[in-house]
Amino acid sequence: MLSSSRKVPLILAPFALIPLFDKNTYHLDLLTNVGIYALLAMGLNVVVGLTGLLNLGYAAFFAIGAYSYALANLHWHWPFWLGLPFAGVVSMLFGFLIGIPSIRVRGDYLAITTLGFGEIVRISFNNLDAWTGGPNGLLGIARPKFFGYAFSVNPTPYYYLVLLLLASTAFLLFRMCNSKIGRALVAIREDELAASCMGVPALHVKLVAFGVSSFIAGLAGCVFAAKQTIITPDSFDFVLSVLILAMVVLGGLGNIWGAMLGALVLGTLPELLRGFAVYRMLIFGVIMILMMIFRPQGILGSQIIRRELRPKEKEAPHGSS
Amino acid sequence: MSPQLQLFLQQLLNGLTIGMIYALIALGYTMVYGILQLINFAHGDVFMVGGYLALTAIGIVAALGTGLPVWGVILFVFLFSMSGAALLGVGIERFAYRPLRGSPRLTALISAIGMSFVLQNTVMLLYGSKEQIMPDILPQWQIDLSGVTVSLIQGMILVTAVSLMIFLNLFVKKTSTGRAMRAVAENPEAASLMGVSVDRVIRSTFMVGSGLAAMGGTLFAMNYGSLNFHDGYLAGIKAFTAAVFGGIGSIPGAMIGGILLGVFEGFCAGYISSEWKDVFAFGLLVALLLFRPSGIFGDNVPEKV
Repeated sequence: MLSSSRKVPLILAPFALIPLFDKNTYHLDLLTNVGIYALLAMGLNVVVGLTGLLNLGYAAFFAIGAYSYALANLHWHWPFWLGLPFAGVVSMLFGFLIGIPSIRVRGDYLAITTLGFGEIVRISFNNLDAWTGGPNGLLGIARPKFFGYAFSVNPTPYYYLVLLLLASTAFLLFRMCNSKIGRALVAIREDELAASCMGVPALHVKLVAFGVSSFIAGLAGCVFAAKQTIITPDSFDFVLSVLILAMVVLGGLGNIWGAMLGALVLGTLPELLRGFAVYRMLIFGVIMILMMIFRPQGILGSQIIRRELRPKEKEAPHGSS
Repeated sequence: MSPQLQLFLQQLLNGLTIGMIYALIALGYTMVYGILQLINFAHGDVFMVGGYLALTAIGIVAALGTGLPVWGVILFVFLFSMSGAALLGVGIERFAYRPLRGSPRLTALISAIGMSFVLQNTVMLLYGSKEQIMPDILPQWQIDLSGVTVSLIQGMILVTAVSLMIFLNLFVKKTSTGRAMRAVAENPEAASLMGVSVDRVIRSTFMVGSGLAAMGGTLFAMNYGSLNFHDGYLAGIKAFTAAVFGGIGSIPGAMIGGILLGVFEGFCAGYISSEWKDVFAFGLLVALLLFRPSGIFGDNVPEKV
C-alpha cells in the first residue's frame, strides 16, 4: 500500500497524457481553469477542512496573488518565475494578517470577519484607480517564458504548468497532513481546548494554516494573471469564494483528493450542462443545502468528519454557552 | 442656513432613511440569532425578494385596473410583500435549517449560504438579470426645509419603520407568542418543558423577521426606484453589521445599530467619499467582531470555548 503522497503522481499521471490525444484547445483551456480551481480548493481545504475555520473571503487571496504579479510585472518588469513566489509570499502575509483574528473570534463570527476582509480587498482594488486601474483592471500582463520558450495563447503549456503545480502542492499537502503540523491542525478542529491543553500551540498552528492556504491562493492568482493577461476586480467576488467553498464541501471537507474532485465536478459541470448554464448557481445552492443535510462529509469525506458534522443526539442543541 | 449645516442635515436625513431600512433587516437577523444562534445568511435575500414581491403587487394592481385610491394601493403592496415573505421565511426554515438543528454552526451557515444562492438565482430566472424599474406609486412630493429636501417617500420610510418597531416591541413584550420567543431565546429546553412549542416559536420568529425584511425591501425599492437580484447581499451584510453593532440577540440593539450604521454611512458618503462608504461599513464590521463582538447592548458572547 502506497502512502497518500506517493499516490499523487500515479493518479495525476493520466492527466498529463490528455493533451497528446485531445488537441481541442477549448477542452484544454477548460481543464487548465479546473486545475486553477483545484489549487484554490486544496488551499481553502487547509483552513476550512483540516483546521475547521470557515473562510468566506478566500477569493481575496487569489486576487492579492494576481495583482501582486501583475503590478510587479508591469512596474518592475519582473518575469513570471520571480513573480510566482512573490505572489505567494505577499498573499501569505495577508493570510497571517487575517489569521490573527482567529485567535479571538471563532466559528461563524470568524466566517463573517473573513467575508468582510474579502469585500474590503475587492472594493479597494476597484477604487484604487491609480494603482490597479480601477474597474477596468490591469492589462498587458506578461505571459511566462520557459528557457526561451514563450507561452502564447495556446493553453497546452499552461495546462502542464498548472498540472505540475497541482501535483507538487498535493504532494506537499499530503506530507504536511502526515506530519506534526497536520495532526495539530486536525486536533484544533476536533477540540481546540483539549488540543491546547495537550500543548498544541493553537495560535501558531492556526497562523500556519492561514499562511499555507493563502500562499497556495497567491500562486493560483499569479498563474491566473499570467494566463488571462488581463485582470479586473470582478473576477474575485464573493461568488468565487463561495464557489470554491462549494467545491471543498462537495468533495469532502478535509480530504485533499476531495478538493480536487469537487473542483473537477463543479468546474466542468456548467460546460457539460451547456443548456442549463443559467441554472448553474441555482444548482450550486441546492447542492450546498442537500449536502449539508444528507452527506455533510462530502463525496470522499472521512468517517471522522462525518461523525463531527452530524447533529448530536444527546447533546443540547445550544451547548453550554 | 449655512451650507455646512445644510449638508450636515441632508446627510443626516439620508443616513436616517437608509438606517431605518438596515434596522428593519437587522431585526430579523437578531431575532433568529437570539433563538437559534444561526446567522441566517439568506435573510438579505428575503429583503430582496420583498422588493420583487412589491413590484409584482404593483403589476397585479395595474393589470386589474381597479380604481383603488393611492393609500389602498400602498396598503395592498405592503401586505402582499410582507405576507409573501413571511411564507417564504417559514419555507426556508423548514427546508434549509430545521433538518440541521443541533448540527455544528458551520454546517448550518453553509446551508444558509446555499439558500441565499437559491433565492438570488430563482429571482434572476423569474425576473431576468437586468435591473427592474420600480414604478412610482407615491406622488413625487418634496418639501424644501430651507435647503434640506425631504421627499414623501423618505417621510414614509421614517414613519413606517418607526411604527413597525413600536409594534414589534409591543408584540414581543405583551403577546403570548412574544413571551414564548423570549423564553426560547433564554433557554429552549426549559421553555419546552414549560409547554412552549419550540418549533412554533421558531416558525413565528422567521415569519416576523422575514415580514420586516420584506417591508425594508419594499421601502428600499420605492426609495431608489429600481431593483436588482443581488441587492440583498450587500444590504444583508450591512444589516448584519448593524445587528452586531447593537449587540446580536438584542431587539432594541438592532434598531439603534441600524440607524447608527445608516447615519455613519451617510456621513462617510457626504464628507469622505461615496466610493469608499462600503469599505468603511465592512471595516466597522471587522473591527466590531474583533474588539467588541458583544456590541453596544449585547450580552451574548459569540462563542465560548
